Amino acid sequence: MDASPADEIKETAQSHSARTPPLHAALGAFTDAPQATEPQDAAAAAAPAADDGLDLSLMKKKKKKVKKEDDADAAADEAAPAEGDGAIDLTMKKKKKKKVVKEDDEFAKKLEALNIEGKEGEEAAPQEDEQEGDMDQGTGIWAHDETKPISYNALLSRFFALLSQKNPDHASTGTRSYKIPPPQCLREGNKKTIFANLPEICKRMKRADEHVTSYLFAELGTSGSVDGSRRLVIKGRFQQKQIENVLRTYIIEYVTCKTCRSPNTELSKGENRLYFITCNSCGSRRSVQAIKTGFSAQVGKRRKMQG
Amino acid sequence: MSIENLKTYDPFAEADEEDSGQTKQTQEYIHIRIQQRNGRKTLTTVQGIPKKFDAKKILKVVKKEFACNGTIIGDEDSKMGDVIQLQGDQRAKIKDFLTNKDEGLGLDAKTIKVHGF
Repeated sequence: MDASPADEIKETAQSHSARTPPLHAALGAFTDAPQATEPQDAAAAAAPAADDGLDLSLMKKKKKKVKKEDDADAAADEAAPAEGDGAIDLTMKKKKKKKVVKEDDEFAKKLEALNIEGKEGEEAAPQEDEQEGDMDQGTGIWAHDETKPISYNALLSRFFALLSQKNPDHASTGTRSYKIPPPQCLREGNKKTIFANLPEICKRMKRADEHVTSYLFAELGTSGSVDGSRRLVIKGRFQQKQIENVLRTYIIEYVTCKTCRSPNTELSKGENRLYFITCNSCGSRRSVQAIKTGFSAQVGKRRKMQG
Repeated sequence: MSIENLKTYDPFAEADEEDSGQTKQTQEYIHIRIQQRNGRKTLTTVQGIPKKFDAKKILKVVKKEFACNGTIIGDEDSKMGDVIQLQGDQRAKIKDFLTNKDEGLGLDAKTIKVHGF
């Protein structure tokens, strides 16, 4: 998370431009029309409603491209948080997102200024209509038998939309979000709390139930037991939010890799009774503190019998 | 003008710094914990306050400031040193007190660990 949003944007922009020529070539291959390649495009510019570069200056074209990319980025931003409602979100995504949006705003302002400069006597309207259609339903320009060449930006945005749709894990590697189902807390009687979906959460985090349990008890300063259906019974009244906070600290301390922030790690008992976390994605290894209960005051009426 | 290749560069300089920083951190933490009592009552325990501070004096100030009662529990057998125990959830307040430079102990916030929910 060290890289500032501005850097990230720059990076993506670079990668886009680097990919430009092959994609264009591919586009040419798909559309068997004569105006497949760029110079021919320019030549065919006179043809009404045919392609991208319709009676626009070179400058205008460039502008449009940038704007579309911007849109795609914004769309990706919007799509990302939608996945994670209700679940615990570890990353500072909100903050980050805000920043990115702000950046976009500045960008948009600049674009606007450019637009005003370059607008003299030109009309941009027909070009916008051209590339319409719903790519999910395959209408408009996305229709199967459509012969019109699809603009690079439209294709690019479709690529990212499909990527995030079909393969959410892959798309979210940049934002690093990690979700676990929210803990379910029930009250048993007046003084006990049942933590129902502990096994599920442990499975998600790839940690032993006992480890998580002992951490919970140490942090909450209580004790408890596991009941018949593997639910955890904690002594004391706890709300879901409180358990959630403790789980969050557990994840930070014992699950996420400090080097690459990936939650894909393994906890193993190394030599000398030390616990080690090995990251499966970057291979780093670090030792973690053993869970210590520390001092706990006596709260009951009498001290538990010793010995 | 200097030649880039001839510069002396110590590849371990950074690593050493980091290491020493870490060992410093891990040696002594102050743990602030919370415990539930009956009903909605809680206890706050502060463990591991450096020896150079007098626990009794701290307690006296803290009790007055937080308007709560408290006690010092000497826990010799488990090597935890003196533990200050306060009534109620005083975690945020005691942390402020420990880190406050003017009216508190002026400790580094990194050495304090707040436990609990």
